[in-house]
Amino acid sequence: MSTLAIDKAGPSRKVKYGSMSRDRAWALRWSYFFLVLFAIFFLTPPIYMLITSLKSSAEISAATNPWWVFHPTLSNYVELLSSNQFLRFFWNSSVISIIVVIVTMMISIPAAFALARMKFWGSATLATGVFLTYLIPDSLLFIPLFKVLGVVQDLTGITLLNRWYVLVFIYPTLTVPFCTWIMIGYFASIPKELDEAALIDGASWLQTLTRIFIPVALPGLIAATIFAFTVSWAQFLYPLVFTTSVDQLVLPVGITTTLIKGDVFNWGQIMTGALLGAAPPLVIYAFLMDYYIAGLTAGATKG
Amino acid sequence: MADVALRKVVKRYDDVEAVRGIDLDIADHEFIVLVGPSGCGKSTTLRMIAGLEDISDGDIMIGGDVVNDVPPKDRDIAMVFQNYALYPHMTVAENMSFGLRLKHYPKAEIKARVTEAARLLDITDLIDRKPKQLSGGQRQRVAMGRAIVRNPKVFLFDEPLSNLDAKLRVQMRIEIKKVHQKVRTTTVYVTHDQVEAMTLADRVVVMNKGRIEQIGTPNELYHKPATRFVAGFIGSPAMNFIPCRLEDAGGTLQIRLTDRIAFALPPARAARYNALPRTEKLLLGLRPEHLTESHAHLEPGVESFDTVLDVTEPMGMETLVYFGLEGTPICGRVNPNAGAKDGAPMRLAMDLNNMHLLNEATGVVL
Amino acid sequence: MADVVVEQGRVARATGARKGSSLRNTLGRKSTVAFFLTLPLILLILLLVLYPALYSIHLATLNKAMTKFVGLSNFTFLFKRETFWMVVRQSCIFAITAVVFKALIGFIVAHFVHNIPAKGQRKWRGMLLVPWVIPPAMSTLAWLWLFDPSYSAFNYTLSFFGVGPIPWLGDTFWARFSVILVNVWYGAPFFMIMYLAALKSVPDQLYEAAEIDGANWWQKIWHITLPMMRNIIAITTLFSLIVTFANFDIVRILTSGGPLDTTHLFATWAFQVGIQSSDIPLGACVSLFMVPILAVAAIFILRDVNKRGNEA
Repeated sequence: MSTLAIDKAGPSRKVKYGSMSRDRAWALRWSYFFLVLFAIFFLTPPIYMLITSLKSSAEISAATNPWWVFHPTLSNYVELLSSNQFLRFFWNSSVISIIVVIVTMMISIPAAFALARMKFWGSATLATGVFLTYLIPDSLLFIPLFKVLGVVQDLTGITLLNRWYVLVFIYPTLTVPFCTWIMIGYFASIPKELDEAALIDGASWLQTLTRIFIPVALPGLIAATIFAFTVSWAQFLYPLVFTTSVDQLVLPVGITTTLIKGDVFNWGQIMTGALLGAAPPLVIYAFLMDYYIAGLTAGATKG
Repeated sequence: MADVALRKVVKRYDDVEAVRGIDLDIADHEFIVLVGPSGCGKSTTLRMIAGLEDISDGDIMIGGDVVNDVPPKDRDIAMVFQNYALYPHMTVAENMSFGLRLKHYPKAEIKARVTEAARLLDITDLIDRKPKQLSGGQRQRVAMGRAIVRNPKVFLFDEPLSNLDAKLRVQMRIEIKKVHQKVRTTTVYVTHDQVEAMTLADRVVVMNKGRIEQIGTPNELYHKPATRFVAGFIGSPAMNFIPCRLEDAGGTLQIRLTDRIAFALPPARAARYNALPRTEKLLLGLRPEHLTESHAHLEPGVESFDTVLDVTEPMGMETLVYFGLEGTPICGRVNPNAGAKDGAPMRLAMDLNNMHLLNEATGVVL
Repeated sequence: MADVVVEQGRVARATGARKGSSLRNTLGRKSTVAFFLTLPLILLILLLVLYPALYSIHLATLNKAMTKFVGLSNFTFLFKRETFWMVVRQSCIFAITAVVFKALIGFIVAHFVHNIPAKGQRKWRGMLLVPWVIPPAMSTLAWLWLFDPSYSAFNYTLSFFGVGPIPWLGDTFWARFSVILVNVWYGAPFFMIMYLAALKSVPDQLYEAAEIDGANWWQKIWHITLPMMRNIIAITTLFSLIVTFANFDIVRILTSGGPLDTTHLFATWAFQVGIQSSDIPLGACVSLFMVPILAVAAIFILRDVNKRGNEA
């Protein structure tokens, strides 16, 4: 209606305006169209996990429409959640991830504070070293680490291989460099005057860290914690190499090695297990999405 | 409360000297302002008093004790920063009491001090807010409150008003002055704004290139600048400097500005400058308010001349006029009703009773 | 004036030596404190990263029983094996193809998300990042099930269009396609997030100015968006190149390197040789071949990250 009125007022300008908004409307429609396509592509596997997890073995082997559940059942969930073995995997994963998060923070936060605020001999080199360490992939280190652990085990008599707790020492090599790196960035963004004010107020270095820096950089801390947790939870190669006994396995390895038995694939249970394994990171992500994304993008900026 | 003394204080960064041997005595209760252009060493000096910068040479004394090796927290000072440096995760009350809490003061005393400071600064209502919820002026008050509750020997202000808009700056300036009148703590205040310096200070310290140019009360600096730098830095619009020389003409000493323009000096001035060599290159220093429109009955010592204006700036209560004299740009202040127009000829009067004469080479006021 | 300055400086320097003042003391203290704060980090890097990395070079020069130094014979042995060259080729094809598609899809999706009203962006962004959040070992299982030879849900769907059945994991070409597809699926959302953050940091005024200058949407992308995002694109791509090149989970779960070792990457082959066949020196040797490519990428990343730091 109103466009019509404007049309009468001054034809030449209206046409231009109209075409602009028409372009924009079409651009928007195309955007939504493609976004839906990509969303389907991105969400198919997790949705398919859910669909399969609700099917009984009979329905799966009957080869009905795979995209639909005709007789939904929770039997897969009941079975897995009452299986000691699966709960053991879940427990191992949880304990390891939580300890790794704590260890990572205890190493990263003090180091990041020192690197961000105390210029000392070699601090720039160390910061670069931290970043480079972050770029070293697990697939480069698993063989020598395996051998080193074996040697240490022989020397000290402490069993390291095939024990879940060895992962608590190994995972920080994956989490600490990145967490330190992003914490350096968060700490460095705190104005210098804030520590000077604290210094004049009579705070020691440690008090400045615990009472000023950690509370002020809390969003960064949360992002780093999420990162450490998700990396520990998802790690597959190290536990696959270092642990073999069923009671020592973590979730990803446990599911892939024990639920796939020879040629008998119980896909309903595998998908249920995978979904339950994916649940903790997904839940954290759902509630702390902004921190999660802040942590992801922070890695590309210099601290 | 204490006096502060700086003895030949030097600050070197590698090979650069930021502060080049400063001597300064600040009396108890005094409000001292360090002023100068950026990079003149004023902030470094302040930070050395605070203990945030090490001193390369010399001594700093607070209350008679040398504090060179005393860490900031034990110097009993409080500082207000340009960006306020309020702890963003603490409420106003927590911000103000942080230092006291670190020193384990009794809770009741902390509360009493915070309440008193909040009342003094009129921020009682804001006491439970976070800095993010405060306006610039309010944050500034909290920063001052944090300094006041500590009841330190010395207040240090590092350009505290630079982040405020012009109107708020004037308001906070008055506020700071009021607070100082109440608490009477020795204060060192750094600013690059000469108006702030003039309005706040008991004494102003003008610094340039790491050295003190002049120390004096605001009026002394304005009326009796010691150097060309001080003369040019204090006052707005800045003082005019016109190349000139002295000459004798029929028994009177006169000052020659151009081939056409030369004025006889007033007797008091003539006596003062008579001993100067006539060949020396000099500068006539004249503030714009001493260059006004001419009228029929000029006082003795006020001389008129004709010129053509380049640009005029009506300011309301006055009009600034700009013109050139042999290539030297000059600014004058005339009555808005004097009929000054861009590009128009005008007859102006120069008040030589308020002139300054400077040595062009050394910049010293004679 | 200048003379005076020099003079003053010299005098001051002459007397300057006497001070052993507070900050220097605190500096001494400070670096001690800093040392202890960073000690756990340094130990971690030295003992669990640097030492194993160097140790693997030593390992690579031993015989299978690890009893004897055999010099470079592990390397020469590898050079003579056809599988090794296939792994090299496949690793490169895999990494490059996957990274290109991840970057492309990430860029396109980021644009679409950026295009829609700000209100809905959070929702879409949240949905589209899901593949990155799921542990890859878990999501690859879903893909394995989707690619199942007899029950493939894809083949079921394609059969309605008269296509297939496609041997997703059974045939060399399709198996290679599938592992790349899964990797693209997993990694593209990361690119999307990085690009989206970069897109948001381009000031709107630039686009408005370009529009006034008469630029069309393509010219705006070419002359404004891409140059402004240049650095973040470079960092993300290089970073992804490292991660993709060193990928293990996807190939291990999907194909275990098959059919006939044609989908093996360095990581999966090193695992098979070093851990499963217990030839640790040879496995170490295989994984060492990743180093040159990783090092080159790392150097470029470091340069870009530093540049970005200087710009900020």
